[in-house]
Amino acid sequence: MAKTYQEINQRISRGEAVVLTAEEMTELVKSDGAKKAAARVDVVTTGTFGPMCSSGAFVNFGHSEPPIKMSKVWLNDVPVCADLAAVDVYIGATAMSDTEGMAYGGAHVIQDLIEGKRVKLRSTAYGTDCYPLREIETWVDKDTINQAYLFNPRNSYQNYACATNSSDRTIYTYMGVLLPNFGNATYCSAGQLSPLLNDPLYRTIGLGTRIFLGGAAGYVAWEGTQHKPTVERSPGGTPVGPAASLALIGDLKQMDSRFIRGARFHRYGVSLYVGVGIPIPILDEEMAAYTGVADADIVTSIFDYSQQSRSRDPLGRIDYERLRSGSIKIGEKKVPTAPLSSYKVARRIAQTLKAWITESKFALTEPLQPLPSEGTVLPLDVRTEEGI
Amino acid sequence: MAKKRLVLTFPPEVVERPVVSLMVKEYDVITNILRAEIHEGEIGRMLVELEGEGKKIKAGVEHLKVMGVQVEEAITDIELDEELCISCGACTAVCLPRALKVQAPDWELGLDKDRCILCGFCVDACPLQLIKVKF
Repeated sequence: MAKTYQEINQRISRGEAVVLTAEEMTELVKSDGAKKAAARVDVVTTGTFGPMCSSGAFVNFGHSEPPIKMSKVWLNDVPVCADLAAVDVYIGATAMSDTEGMAYGGAHVIQDLIEGKRVKLRSTAYGTDCYPLREIETWVDKDTINQAYLFNPRNSYQNYACATNSSDRTIYTYMGVLLPNFGNATYCSAGQLSPLLNDPLYRTIGLGTRIFLGGAAGYVAWEGTQHKPTVERSPGGTPVGPAASLALIGDLKQMDSRFIRGARFHRYGVSLYVGVGIPIPILDEEMAAYTGVADADIVTSIFDYSQQSRSRDPLGRIDYERLRSGSIKIGEKKVPTAPLSSYKVARRIAQTLKAWITESKFALTEPLQPLPSEGTVLPLDVRTEEGI
Repeated sequence: MAKKRLVLTFPPEVVERPVVSLMVKEYDVITNILRAEIHEGEIGRMLVELEGEGKKIKAGVEHLKVMGVQVEEAITDIELDEELCISCGACTAVCLPRALKVQAPDWELGLDKDRCILCGFCVDACPLQLIKVKF
C-alpha cells in the first residue's frame, strides 16, 4: 500500500516512524522481500563522505566603517572570489594559499570557520564615492561574520569511476596516488549507502529535498553541474559510472567539522570532504526495492587515468562488493584496491540522520521539482566565433 | 665501519635485475634486508641496513642510483593522528605491505606497525596530512 509524504511526516512527528539506514534496509529486503519491507519501513537514511572539489561557501562579512567595496580578498592568505557586491565573497574549495600552496586552501578555510577558528581577512579596493576605504586587514570567525552558507555546485555524485594507471610512472590525481603498471586502483563511492544509488531514477530526491549536509540540515538547491542522467544502467537502475549529481546548500554556521573537512591531494590540489545524508521515503514497494540495493548489484567502470583525455575508454566493469574485497582483476593481473570515500563516516551520517528522524527532529520534504531525467553533458571544444 | 638505513624503491623495470646482490659483490657492502615488498612487474620497496666502509657504502649507493633505484634515508617511525583520521582509505592505496588497511566490518583505518616498511609513501597520500614521519 502506497504512503504519502504527509503520512510519513505525521508518523515522524508522533515519534512512530520506522527508520532504517540503507545498510539495514538492504538486509531487510534480502530477508523479507521488498513488499513486506515497504509495509514496515517509512524512511531509509543514506550517507556519503567523499572529496568534492566543486564545493565552496558564500560569505557576507558585514560592512566596515568607513565602508569598502572589496575587489581582492584573502582569507588566511587564500584568495577568494570577490566579484560580487561590496562585502560578498565566494570561498572556492580548491583555491590555494599564496604562501603555503596546496597544503592549505579554500576547503581548509571553510573547515577553520566551521571549527570557530579565527581567520585573517585582508582586502584591497579601488575606492568609490560610496565605498571610500581602499584597504582593510582584520580578523573574523563564524560568530563575527554576518552570514556564511555552503553552496556546492556538484556533490553527492551518483556513482563514480574506479581509477587505475597503466603507465610506467606514478601519477598523482584527484583519485589519489596511482602506482605504475596497474599497481593499484582507487574508487570513491559509498556504494549501497550512497544517496543517489538508493533512488536511482530520482523519484524522491529533487529540488528542495531537505538533507543532512556537513552535520546540519541543508537542501538540494538544483541539479549538480555535469548532471548526466542519460547513461547505461544496471538491471536495478543504478548507473554503471558517474551520472546524476546535486547542488547543495546549507548554513555553514550550524555545521560540524566531523562531517566536513579540508583535504589536499598530493600534487593535485585542494578539495573538500563533504558529508551528505539524504532521507528516502518508502512510498511504495518500488522504493523499498531501490533502497534494498547491495554493493554486489552496483557496478562501475574502470578507467585508465594515465590517458590524458576527457573521454577515456573503460577498461572493464566491476561491482562494489569486489572493490571492497581489497583486490580486483584487471585482465589477468590482481590489482589492490583502496577507497577514497570514508565508509565509516558515511555510516555514521546515515545513523545520525536516522536518529534525527526517529527523534522527530527532522521532517521530510516533497521535492518542488524533480531532477532532470533527460539531457547530456556538453564538451568544451576550441572553435572560432563563426564556427559555433 | 659505518651503518646506514635506507629505503630503496625499485621501478617495475628494475625489479627483475639483481641490483642488490651486485652491490654486495662489487662494493663489499654488508646488506641486511630488514623488510621488503617486491613482486615481478610492480613497483617494489625495500628497507635495508648497509654496513661497511663509508666510501664503499657511498659507491654502493651510487651504483643503486645508476641502476634506476630511488634511494631515500629511512625514517624510524610513522605517526598517525588517529583522532582526526576520517578512515577514507586513501593512504592504503600506496601501502604495498598492507600495514595500513580499512576493511569490514568497521571500515576504520588500522595501522599494523609490524608490517610497515617505513617507506613514508602514506605521508603524501593522506589527504588530511595526518601522517608524520620521525627521522
